Amino acid sequence: MIYRFFEGIGEYFLFLREVFSRPEHWKEYYRSFLREVELLGFSSIALVCFISLFMGAVVLIQTAINLDNPFLADSYIAIAVREAIILEFAPTIVSLILAGKVGSNIASTLGTMRVTEQMDALRVMGINPASYLVLPKIIACLIFFPILVIFGMGMGLTGGYLAGDLLNLVNTEVYLSGYFMEFFPHYVTYSLTKTLVFAFIIATVSAYFGYKVEGGAVEVGKASTKSVVAMSFSIILFNYILTDLIL
Amino acid sequence: MIRVNNIRKSFGEQDVLKGIDVDLYPGKCNLIIGLSGSGKTVFLKSVLGLHNVDSGSIEYDGRMLGDLDKNETKKLRQEMGMVFQGSALFNSLNIEENVGLPLNFFSDMSLKEKSERIKFCLNKVRISDDDFTKTPAELSGGMQKRVAIARAIILNPKYLFCDEPNSGLDPETAIVIDELIHEITHEFGMTTIVNTHDMNSVLEIGDHVILLQDGKKTWEGRSEDILTTDAKSVVDYVFRSKLFKQMRSALKK
Repeated sequence: MIYRFFEGIGEYFLFLREVFSRPEHWKEYYRSFLREVELLGFSSIALVCFISLFMGAVVLIQTAINLDNPFLADSYIAIAVREAIILEFAPTIVSLILAGKVGSNIASTLGTMRVTEQMDALRVMGINPASYLVLPKIIACLIFFPILVIFGMGMGLTGGYLAGDLLNLVNTEVYLSGYFMEFFPHYVTYSLTKTLVFAFIIATVSAYFGYKVEGGAVEVGKASTKSVVAMSFSIILFNYILTDLIL
Repeated sequence: MIRVNNIRKSFGEQDVLKGIDVDLYPGKCNLIIGLSGSGKTVFLKSVLGLHNVDSGSIEYDGRMLGDLDKNETKKLRQEMGMVFQGSALFNSLNIEENVGLPLNFFSDMSLKEKSERIKFCLNKVRISDDDFTKTPAELSGGMQKRVAIARAIILNPKYLFCDEPNSGLDPETAIVIDELIHEITHEFGMTTIVNTHDMNSVLEIGDHVILLQDGKKTWEGRSEDILTTDAKSVVDYVFRSKLFKQMRSALKK
């Protein structure tokens, strides 16, 4: 099993080398990139906003209940909510959700293309399927995931504010002022750096599992599941490593 | 001409191709026939270079596949067209985009020229202009095969490969596909290699027929000879059905 694991790591890096080989035709890659932005990015905005809005509301409720102290101003609750959302919930939870949505989409799309010989068709044409099919997806994820995470941050903070207001848990004026107190822009940089790494992991790990499928429809499903598990492990592991290195 | 010299290919312990020598002629429909599991698809994919052979060589008009550098291989690939068994059309692209993809990558044509070439190839395979914007999922199996043929010939290839082009089609559509392949081969002087186990195709379009059995070539000849030969492998393969037995006895008389 350990041998198979390291063999898989080796194959993953060989796959990346193939992906990052020189594109045959930049214009076609650009067209493909635009399609991927629409498919992987724009279609995820609603999901990310919905989840972030309620996540922010839940974080506010839990924090407000736990910090229910007359000696503690509501602005401190706001700071706790803000840090929780910016540092962890927006980049990590949104990335895990995107691993499920976008990652499984990439793995199953590429897996289906493999088993229906579409990749062979590209190879016969003289087009490198790894590069043509995967590179635009990686670039789309790298560009669009930080945008989604910024949306997530905004919606999370809005959710926190709305929950506090609607449930009358905090003094909203004091709470709102807390969002702007002791703000470290470095936290946003840290958060977006993490997002870029997670975006790369999601795009490449899912593509690797999809690209290597052999067999039929059942194997495509298995590869999709395996890719989500591998992405989730990798995201959690790199979350720890990056936090230790950057923060 | 494609010259295949003693190629062998195995997957793990299983030997699939056991030393095949064959010449595939230009301007002719070279048919590879044989039972399921006889190694036809592996042979075709090995000749295409999609499988690396364990030993032996494949020569395209004097160019050894495997000895070519990256640019030469790419150039050779542009001289090949392939029709896959399941058509292998790209689901995210419409018909026009599917057929035009190789042109976008490998031609310097203007948009107008590209559009004309796409229209020519699609009309050649009897796809009407109204269907150009449809996606592959909106087409019937026969139409998908015809679009796949149009895509295969878009760069005007010297070598056309077809893997069971009429499998899963009704007899009438199968004949249309066979006629198209035959017509294109002779009109453009292509070296066409067709994998099939449809005896109707053999008799309709087979200029040069190669019989594979258990990874070996067991017979080679003209389609006219297949009904009269006494070769055991052909007799075993072709004359199992009553119809062909009757045809054979009628021809022998």
